[in-house]
Amino acid sequence: MSKALTAWIEGIGFLAPGLPDWPTARAVLRGEQAYAPAPSVLPAPSILPPAERRRASRVVKLTLAVGREAAAHAGADVGQLATVFSASGADGHNCHALCEQLAGEDRQISPTRFHNSVHNAAAGYWGIATGAMAPCQVICAYDASFGAGLLDALGQVVVDRQTTLLIAYDSEYPQPLFAKRPVPDVAGVGLVLAPQRTERSLAQITVAPDTANAEPLADAALEDLRTAIPALRALPLLRKLALGEGGVICLDYLPPMQLGVAIQPC
Amino acid sequence: MTPLLLSAYTATTCLGRGLDATRAALRQGRSGLAPCAFETVALATWIGEVAAVDAEKLPKSLAAYDCRNNRLTQLGLETDGFADQVRAVIGRVGKTRVGVFLGTSTAGILQTELAYRRRDPQTGALPDDFIYRTTHNSFSLAEFTRDYFGLQGMAMAISTACSSSAKVFAAAARQLELGSIDAAIVGGVDTLCLTTLYGFASLQLTSAQPCRPYDAARNGISVGEGAAFALLERAGDPAPGSVLLLGTGESSDAYHMSSPHPEGLGARLAMEAALRSAGLATADIGYINLHGTATPANDAAEGKAVAALFGNTVPCSSTKGATGHTLGAAGAVEAVVCALALSDGFLPGSPGTQNVDPAMRLDYLLQGKAATVRHALSNSFGFGGSNCSLILGVAP
Repeated sequence: MSKALTAWIEGIGFLAPGLPDWPTARAVLRGEQAYAPAPSVLPAPSILPPAERRRASRVVKLTLAVGREAAAHAGADVGQLATVFSASGADGHNCHALCEQLAGEDRQISPTRFHNSVHNAAAGYWGIATGAMAPCQVICAYDASFGAGLLDALGQVVVDRQTTLLIAYDSEYPQPLFAKRPVPDVAGVGLVLAPQRTERSLAQITVAPDTANAEPLADAALEDLRTAIPALRALPLLRKLALGEGGVICLDYLPPMQLGVAIQPC
Repeated sequence: MTPLLLSAYTATTCLGRGLDATRAALRQGRSGLAPCAFETVALATWIGEVAAVDAEKLPKSLAAYDCRNNRLTQLGLETDGFADQVRAVIGRVGKTRVGVFLGTSTAGILQTELAYRRRDPQTGALPDDFIYRTTHNSFSLAEFTRDYFGLQGMAMAISTACSSSAKVFAAAARQLELGSIDAAIVGGVDTLCLTTLYGFASLQLTSAQPCRPYDAARNGISVGEGAAFALLERAGDPAPGSVLLLGTGESSDAYHMSSPHPEGLGARLAMEAALRSAGLATADIGYINLHGTATPANDAAEGKAVAALFGNTVPCSSTKGATGHTLGAAGAVEAVVCALALSDGFLPGSPGTQNVDPAMRLDYLLQGKAATVRHALSNSFGFGGSNCSLILGVAP
């Protein structure tokens, strides 16, 4: 009675340190361009109304960037897509500021700080920016967040037959939390997943439980990114998509459970 | 969706530990709210605190998880024989085939708030005994639960503020439908912390009195805490009287971070989606457990959406005057309240509410009443405009 966790990838968005968008990441993953480390660059969130734009944090800018890039790549209307946001943490800078203030004498925190503290803040801003009233899921599974997000997104695609935008993303904490959770910078991956093949389809993927090890990336700097930023556990999949290659790869999920991904380019 | 069986369920809130305490309080119309005396919090507000959370001792092997939120998680799991039922299911289907789907808004953030008071005066470093992953992180309660039962399959935390532990039912239902798991531990745990108490106060959303959902004079929430769980399995041929999950509906307001859509548009979409998912009409619903936080804006928006869809013929109530608003645990707590209403034939009232807002054209239950209903709907709405409605039913 099992149904395969199968979807067609229609669009990709990407942002990571030294890799400002999917075309750049694709060229690097194809070996056409050397990886040049640099801090992540976040575009201004021009799509937000002025009040929300002023309050937009790094995770908000990040998710708008990778989500909109993926949707544009797919030729999809962001206002119609169901979304799955998956992140190992929320806005680290906001969290630090809150904890610092709550440890002091004056605990009258600002309302904006509070509503920006929720794990689903980026998803909330996404809704305001895009007008999307479709279901929006917000997941956390620590280092396994990409895999957890992928599983739920595939659930929506296969069971609900709904094209779904997965946005996996992470952000850094400032000190002293950084010492406890050293995510080095912001990074995010956006994937538009459709329930059937269309003329836009880039590849078909089918996900199944596995126990193999994830294959490390040959480039040491990229491998460091894969292991340092949970959303970038997706890199072995993205490398295959960049190369336009089929095959089966393994992604890190939640030990001992890994995710095997069978990829077939369209 | 294909109906799913709630083969076990339990709830612990300020009303007491487990189903019997919850049932007795709901029958008596009793509230568990009390003036806030939590930690060092100095706010004129009422809260719903669970008794003896910090007396709960985690197993030595799971000591890294020790924090108020995981203490309450364990307390909740070890109530009503829930953990034993989980172990029995694991014995039947295997440890890779039981998924964990838990909702929370703040997980163990209290542990970080306390650690920030103990920073090294020279370096600013957090104390060595503070462990981010297993206490603060939003996944910590799900990872704790997975390790508590020695599970090896899928797990995720869902954190959409106050709809979190309603949405876990939808996520688990999808994986059960796919056949990627055979059973799911779903639920929610949220515990009192400074972030939410001072945060809701900063938005002027906390009341100085016990909260009064749907009252004309309602003026804010009472923050609560709670742990509620259900074990979901494919229903097969359910025994008469079994409680079933029949439908789930999710939507987004796309309107504002901390205010609902004024006409309750997102709320209405979630309820309509749940009805579609269950294959039911509005006339089939016999009780609605409202989100009913007792803020002026929430109840006005939800009341409009419910009246627009159901008219004033369906008995409904918010039980947050009894439990407080348990935030990320509210969806699961109120799913259990619905399960009790269905299996006991008793619809709960609304402790604290005196005069129903005349603008609400609803059959709002101030007092509980005996009634046999087949289907109940539960609403949960959260910050960021995240909405989820669940429909539960009882097998004929």
